[in-house]
Amino acid sequence: MSSIPLTHILFVSTALFFIGMYGLFTRRNMITMLMSVELILNSVNINFVAFNKYLYPDKLDGIFFSLFIITIAAAEAAVAIAIIINLYRSHHSIDVEDATEMKY
Amino acid sequence: MNITQILFWFLTVLAIGSSLMVITSRNPVYSVLSLIVTFFALSGHYILLNAQFLAIVNLIVYAGAIMVLFLFVIMLMNLNAETEPQKNKWLRFAGIIAGGCFLLVMVAALRDADSRAATAMTTYGETGLIQHLGKVLFNEYVVPFEISSVLFLSAMVGAVVLGKKE
Repeated sequence: MSSIPLTHILFVSTALFFIGMYGLFTRRNMITMLMSVELILNSVNINFVAFNKYLYPDKLDGIFFSLFIITIAAAEAAVAIAIIINLYRSHHSIDVEDATEMKY
Repeated sequence: MNITQILFWFLTVLAIGSSLMVITSRNPVYSVLSLIVTFFALSGHYILLNAQFLAIVNLIVYAGAIMVLFLFVIMLMNLNAETEPQKNKWLRFAGIIAGGCFLLVMVAALRDADSRAATAMTTYGETGLIQHLGKVLFNEYVVPFEISSVLFLSAMVGAVVLGKKE
């Protein structure tokens, strides 16, 4: 039915992973960094689902891994946004370069 | 070129283009909207990969809940393109070099990878539906399921404790 090779899907996930990694390295806005982390997590999800379908089509382990990754990403986003709001209250900025109290 | 391949390439271009928009646009609101488009494209990929339930969960949880939270926080802090901090040019250059080199290495490794599983095995399409998923989830994955509920409780308490004013 579908004639898409596995390597094409893996290329999509690789591209998303490195776009997210580039965003994590080069942005200083904390919320944009968090969005890059979400991109990275989604590329990992695609990998899990693709390997589940192409290598073990009668099992569901990859789908459950993706489901738990989505769960953990939701919890992580909630806690991270609480931290960002707290930082914004104390520093009036969400630039990561401004939070230098524990740097040295 | 059948309809599956057309859909695959369309969703791929949509996902990569909008994720590039996420990291290049200066206005954080546009970043969030592009990220929502990315999540829609990834849900289309999940449907093509026989994971229908995961596609719907991805839409509801990511595009529906997490992104609305991001959007609220961005509007609460009144962020726009003028307040967006930018790193210097050399660090951006170094990021492009590092990410691009690693991407090239990964793509080269993928090209040489063993392609014995190159054909999609779509024997039947009901694997990702909720009936199969529920049976396996409550038989084999009960313990991670319950642990994730504890994780959610602790995350909720942590977010409230961190977010409240002293």
